[in-house]
Amino acid sequence: MLTEFGKIFVFILLAGGFVAIALVAASLIRPKRPTKEKLKTYECGEDPVGSPWVRFNIRFYVVALIFIIFDVEVVMLFPWALVYKNFGVYGFIVGAIFLLVLFLGMAYEWRKGDLEWARPKIEPPKMDIKFKPEIAPRPVEEKTVSEVE
Amino acid sequence: METIGLNHFLVVSAILFSLGIYSVVTRKNAIMVLMGIELILNSANINFVAFSKYGNYGLGGQVTALFVIILAAAEAAIALAIVLNLYKTFTHINIDEIDELNS
Amino acid sequence: MNLYDIIFYLFAAITIVSAFIVVNAKNIVYAAFSLLFTFFGVSGLYVLLGADFIAIVQVMVYIGGILVLLLFGVMLTHKITSVDIKAGSVQTIPAVIIIGIFAALLIGLMYSTHWAVNPAEIPVTTTKSLGKTLVTEYVLIFELLGILLLVAMIGAATIARRDGDK
Repeated sequence: MLTEFGKIFVFILLAGGFVAIALVAASLIRPKRPTKEKLKTYECGEDPVGSPWVRFNIRFYVVALIFIIFDVEVVMLFPWALVYKNFGVYGFIVGAIFLLVLFLGMAYEWRKGDLEWARPKIEPPKMDIKFKPEIAPRPVEEKTVSEVE
Repeated sequence: METIGLNHFLVVSAILFSLGIYSVVTRKNAIMVLMGIELILNSANINFVAFSKYGNYGLGGQVTALFVIILAAAEAAIALAIVLNLYKTFTHINIDEIDELNS
Repeated sequence: MNLYDIIFYLFAAITIVSAFIVVNAKNIVYAAFSLLFTFFGVSGLYVLLGADFIAIVQVMVYIGGILVLLLFGVMLTHKITSVDIKAGSVQTIPAVIIIGIFAALLIGLMYSTHWAVNPAEIPVTTTKSLGKTLVTEYVLIFELLGILLLVAMIGAATIARRDGDK
């Protein structure tokens, strides 16, 4: 009744069950004497600072997003890659269009700088003319413009 | 006890669907609503694959299930981006309190 | 009760119990991890239905992708000090009543309908035949999915980026 793949799944299941039983049995047998020192998070011997539940940078999300899109792309390419040879040039073109379309997205992310961790600053073009503030330094205090601010 | 047939899978899928609807209807947090939607999509997928096997319709059901999974991935990506923007605007994502169109 | 039945009930139990936890958990992180077991159970059901490729896709995309994305969503949308990430519910009692009736109706409908059951031979592997259908019958949808993914990628990145660079 089970497919070949189903047998593998049963094997995975048994492996998981084995781990669970071993862990539960160990937790029943072993002695438990927790102290405050033992329960502390290990941070290279230092006292842990702050809570681990920090808010992450939104940059992580964009990376995860790109990951999931390409994850899905790989999933679609598996069945295509198995059979495209049977269809000759047609099969190749079908996959090539699919890849090309997704490559456009990749190029967009790349150009927009989403793949860079420190986002590059887009600087506006500057003029060559040097602008000199026409404030004469006061003779008494002798402060330059930069010192005044 | 009868042997496992189409109805067993359909019942699992129906329960999963109801739980997903429950999560969508009652939860305040937008991410929990998204999880409910994922449950609903999963239940629909179980139906597709089950009918594909027991109805002898070839691979159509499995292909549709594949498409649904991919759509779910795209949907989750977009929806979470929207949720992140909601969080930026309102500093919380309780969707029953977000009732302004223009804040 | 043979091996197939036992495995079916095991996976169905995993799926439904963990889905219950997802729906009722107070802590949103527990709900997300419970969702992992739901997806795993559903993937087991796919294996029992002879859809091995769909099961692997379920593990890859749902557990490896969507769940990670949801956890990122949880991490990104809660304050730094809120160790207890609570997620309340509203109007649970009317919802339980209506959805209980709805589920009963659905299950009753499924049992009262005479489905045209005509079980097919389980193919040993489905990946190759899925590829054949994708390249011939569903080729337009295959390419459209590429465009959909492109739109999703660009759209989501644009929406998520909106604040930083003005």
